[in-house]
Parts: sequence; structure tokens; C-alpha cells
Amino acid sequence: MGRDLDALDLDATGEPRQETMVINMGPQHPSTHGVLRLLLELDGETVVSCRPIIGYLHTGIEKNCEYRTWQQGVTFVTRADYLSPFHNELAYCLAVERLMGIEAPPRAQVLRVLFSEMNRIASHLVWLATSGMELGAVSIMLFGFRERELLLDVFEMATGLRMNHAYIRIGGVVMDLPPGATEGIASFLEVMPGRIREYESLLSTNPIWVERNAGVGVLTAEDAIALGVTGPALRAAGVAKDVRKDEPYSGYETYTFEVATGDAADCYARFEIRLEEMRQSLGIIEQCLERLREPGPVMVEDPKVRWPAQLEVGPDGIGNAPAYVKHIMEDSMEALIHHFKMVTEGVKVPDGEVYQPVESPRGELGMYVVSDGEHRPYRVRIRDPSFVNLQAVPRMVEGGLVADAIAVIASLDPVMGGADR
Amino acid sequence: MPVERLEGFQAGKTADETEEEVRRGILLTTVDRAVGWARKQSMWPATFGLACCAIEMMATGAARYDLSRWGMELFRASPRQADLMIVAGRVSQKMAPVLRRIYDQMPEPKWVISMGVCASAGGMFTNYAVVQGVDTIVPVDVYVPGCPPKPEMLMFGILTLQEKVRTQGRFR
Amino acid sequence: MRPDELAAQVRERLPETVVARGEVTSVVDRQDLLAVLEELRDDPEIAFDLLSSVTATDWPRRSPRFWVSYELYSVEHHHRLRLKVGVGDQDPSVPSVTALYPTADWHEREVYDFYGIGFDGHPDLRRILLPEDWEGHPLRKTEELGGVDTRYRGAFVPPIDRRT
Repeated sequence: MGRDLDALDLDATGEPRQETMVINMGPQHPSTHGVLRLLLELDGETVVSCRPIIGYLHTGIEKNCEYRTWQQGVTFVTRADYLSPFHNELAYCLAVERLMGIEAPPRAQVLRVLFSEMNRIASHLVWLATSGMELGAVSIMLFGFRERELLLDVFEMATGLRMNHAYIRIGGVVMDLPPGATEGIASFLEVMPGRIREYESLLSTNPIWVERNAGVGVLTAEDAIALGVTGPALRAAGVAKDVRKDEPYSGYETYTFEVATGDAADCYARFEIRLEEMRQSLGIIEQCLERLREPGPVMVEDPKVRWPAQLEVGPDGIGNAPAYVKHIMEDSMEALIHHFKMVTEGVKVPDGEVYQPVESPRGELGMYVVSDGEHRPYRVRIRDPSFVNLQAVPRMVEGGLVADAIAVIASLDPVMGGADR
Repeated sequence: MPVERLEGFQAGKTADETEEEVRRGILLTTVDRAVGWARKQSMWPATFGLACCAIEMMATGAARYDLSRWGMELFRASPRQADLMIVAGRVSQKMAPVLRRIYDQMPEPKWVISMGVCASAGGMFTNYAVVQGVDTIVPVDVYVPGCPPKPEMLMFGILTLQEKVRTQGRFR
Repeated sequence: MRPDELAAQVRERLPETVVARGEVTSVVDRQDLLAVLEELRDDPEIAFDLLSSVTATDWPRRSPRFWVSYELYSVEHHHRLRLKVGVGDQDPSVPSVTALYPTADWHEREVYDFYGIGFDGHPDLRRILLPEDWEGHPLRKTEELGGVDTRYRGAFVPPIDRRT
């Protein structure tokens, strides 16, 4: 203590000794987008090496699915990537439907697309809100969540829950849209384009935002594909990979929309791509609303597959329709037995394996489902985009400044629930 | 705004509490009340959002369900500056020691709200990976069930905690 | 390429190729795995440059017991292939493909974490999702689900896998 400043630590050759500092960032940290831990080795402010450590939210979803019925698997899988629950459910249900060789009715497919796109916008709004807040633009946090509330109102009206809905089920969706939902969506469609313009006017040419994002976290297309990165991070490098266009599912080939790509492969390009994706999703939602004018069934007819109950919005929320309850309790013993069997034992899925990819807001979300012919899944593996995209963090962060690490992680938009499952 | 009073929920003072106050002297109870009021009015939560409940917690702090009405808009990142820990989300086995360490780093007086069924009792995940209730690790003051609880439910939990702090805190 | 065309091309190298539900699945021996992957990646008509997922399934009553499956995707041609490698109980290890596909790093760590399958040549094979000092490999069918008994109305209800 109290050494002369000139008497520095010198090593054997007389040079000032360089030491790197190892800093632990997280898992409890306001800016790491959830419980992500980064082990950073710093030389001053420059990151020499970065090791992401995950697993702080490991929930054992995959093992738990093996002990529940196929239909209960939806409720487990929906909580993996909790910011895009509809995409998890959709991938799982599509995989199971492929194993069973059935297809959901057209109106159910339109509803699936509708809710997936609304979920995409909701997820991008959370990304915008949290990224903005982490980089200092605190007002964006409030704006993002304000718009998200409009979407969550529609979700609550249609599914009963604001998050983790269990709405998309094997064979279709569980309930048709209640009255008032289409009006809610239409009013959202009127309001949202103006709001996106608001975000752009606040951020896109803001010198601080550009300074913090442009040229930061560059990930070339080659590196991205080698590291398995998909989603906006890959599209920012110029590769137009979008599962909705390349391997369409649930009728996506019949909708008109564009895939947003960028050139610069940096955080700013990813920001612009996500704003553009929100706009494209608004277009798809409009097309969905057009197609929803014709009524139709929302669940397959086959009684061995369909969820037996008819749900209805009652005075205390969504529940079994009173007419249906009367039917099974008073009119028909067979219906009661059938309802009981379907709810407790569930469907039986022929054996085989299937990998179903879906375009979630973060990238390619894949569900690898293996069945051995029983009424329980044998193996459910969630190929989550956050899990894979986080492997690219060292590549993008090393050599840059510490503060850029936050911008990089924010631009990748990882959700730790999906990464850890 | 009409507020529904629940039966059995005591918001004011019971007869026992009044007696206790008289026994302890008027000056101390006034200080007690003042301190209790001050503590509940400006509670600063520590950010401990883990999973889906964290998003609902953020929504509670956002514009529609404004938490700053009760002095809580400032989520402190450092546990040393916080007095409330809202455990929002499922606690995995790997996260449990971290949770305990954050709790230990908070200075007294401190309170814990366990938000969501995963934090309260393990939720739907009765398996090897999730701690079956954070009350096995830290003492919990208020449990808020739900998967995830709506922001209004979390607000009710926070108001319950504030009542608890206001009426049961003792200043020594 | 459509699945049947792809299967015809792949069948030359891998005779055990099956097309089911619109997907092509091939079985490969573990000693041929790296050579086959490199060929499939470098062939310009097949061009599997994106490894989507590496995972494993435990079939305790089959032999071999563990089946490691690789999901391959071609960004250019938009087709997919699943490669499966069977690994026995006695020596559960597979060559690591991280040299060809760096993305396999964390996938293989997860398979090791959940099943105990070793990957030869992996740069840093250790647990990823579970704590470092965890014992056991939970996704094996012989391992329990875990969890505690729940007390309900005076009775103790065991976790799901122990309920009769």
C-alpha cells in the first residue's frame, strides 16, 4: 500500500505485467436477459475470453413429458420458451399430428397462424423493451409493454391466460374465438403500425442507439451456419432462412409475406430485421382475419383424438360448456366414460419419430418426438433456438468491449427457459 | 375505485393490538407506526426474475399495472440496496445456492414474496430439477399462486405484504 | 430434393435408409460417422451445412441401448436428413462431430449430461444444464423422475413415476 505510482509491477523483462481480470456476470444480473452467467476474462475493458454458463433454469421438462399423457405434454412444452408459448405448442402438436397421420381442420390452422404471428409480435415487443432498457433507452421498456398489453388482452379473451396458454392442442385448437376477439385484433392492427413508426423515430436514427449497435457483434454467415445460429441473427448476415418459407407448415405457403434480411450482420441489422418482422406479422394477421370470416370446426372430428370437452366463456371465465356438462353427467354414460378416458389416458400415438421445425421469434424451434405406441411420449426433445444461439456469444463478444457484450446478448434475444428447459 | 374487503382479512387494528399498544406506551407505538408506514411505502424490490413470472412481474411494473403507485418502480439490481425479494419463477437446483446467497446479501429488514406456483411449491414440475418450494431455502412472507399470476394477483400479494409490514413490524 | 430423391442418393453410402412421414432416416456405425458427415457436407447436391440438433434416446430393452440422432439440414436445398448411431451400454461413446460442426459442442454436452454418453474428441466435455457435481444421468429410463412427496389431505402422494 502507498507505493509510488512510478514503481509499477515489472516482470522479468522489465515490461509492465499484464494481468487479465476474471469477472463473473450473472446469473442474477439485470442485463443478462434471464439467468445467464457469463465468465468474462477482461483486459481493461476488452473481453479476452467469454464463457457462457447455462443451466440455472433447468426444469426437466423433457423428462417430465415422458411421464404425462400426450395432451398434457402441451402444458409442459409451452413453458419451455415462455415468451413464445404458441410456437412451442404448435411445434409439439404438429409433430404429434404427423406421427398420428392426421391434420387439423383449415380453420384451426388459420387460428394457429394467427396466434403464432401475434406471439411473434409480443415476443419482439419484450425484446425491444428489455434491449432498450439494457442499453439505456428506458422509455422503450414502457412502450413495449404497453403494446404487449393489447395483445395479452386478446390472448386472455381467447385462451383464458396471458401466457403459457395450452390453446393449440393435438388435432386443432381447443376453442374458437369468442365474440369481441376479432374486434380486439382489428383495433390492434390499426394502432400498431403507428407505434412501430414511433419506435423507429425514437431509436433508428438516434446517435446513441446507432453507436451502441452498429458494427457491434458481427457474426458472418459462415460462422453463423457453422454455429447453428438461426433466426434474425442468421438473417442479419444475409441468409434468407425462414422455416415458414423453406419448410412451410400449417398453411404458411398460402400467405403473402416477406422474409426480412440484412447485410451488416451486426446488432443494428438484427434490430431492423425484428422491426420489419413485426410489420410482416401484422400483414399475416390481416390475412388471417380475412380467412376467419367463414365458420368451421376447430378440432378434428375423430373422437379418439379430439379433446372431448367443449369449452365456453362463462360468467366466471372459460370452462366446460354447461350443455356439454349436462350431456356427460345426465344424458349419456358412454360420453362420460369416453370423456374420462380421453382426459386421463389420452390418445395413443403410433410408434415412430418425427422432427418438426417451426419458426419461432428466435430462430428454428424444433421438436423431436419419439413414440413407442403408448399413450405417453417416449422422448420429447426441444431443439431450442436460444440454446444454440448462445453458443455464438463468445464469437461475437471476444475482442470487443464489455459494454458491447450486453448489446450482443440483447440482439440475440435469448430466453433462458428455452435454453435450459 | 370500489375495493372488495375479504372476510377475515384484517386491515386495521384488532382489539389485542390496541391493548398491546397501550401497554407499550404511546410514544413507541407512534414511532412503530411511522416506521412501519415508511417501510411499506418505499419498498425496493431486488430483481430476481427467473422465468415466465418475471415477465408478468415486468408487466406489473410497466405502464398499465403501475407498481410505482406503491413506491416500487425502482427494481434494484444490487441486493444490498433492496429490501424485498420477489422470487419470480421456477428455482432450479443449480440456482438454489445463488438464491440463498442473494437473500443473505440483503440487509435487514427484508421480506420475500414467492411469486407463482413454481416458487411456492414446485408448480407442475415435481421432478429432479426444480426446488419444490423456495420456502425450503429462504423464509417466505407471502405466497402468490398462479401460473403465472396475473399482475393484479401480484399486486394483491404486494399489498398484503405491505399490510403485514405496516402492522406487524417492530422497531427496536 | 424431395425425400425419395434424397434417400436414393444417400442409400449409396448408407444402405439402411428409410423414408417415413416425409423424412429420411439413415443408420450409420459410429466408426463411419465422421467420414459420412464430411461427405454429406461437401457433396454440392446434398450440402448438409447446418446441424440442427444432436440428441439421444434410451431404449433399455433394445440392443444397442442408446441411439444418438443427428438432424442435418441444408440451407441451400432445404432438405433434411436424420442420422442415427447406435451405442451399447458397455462402452457408450461416439466420436464428436465438433470439428465438422462447431454447433455440436453444447448439444453433445447436453447428451453427455442427460445420458452419460461420451464424445471422443470433444474439446470440453462436462455437464451443461445440471450442476457440476450432480450424480447420475437423469434422462435414462432407469433413473427416477425425482421430486418429493406431496402432502394432500393427510396422505403423502408420491411423484408421478412412483404412483401406482
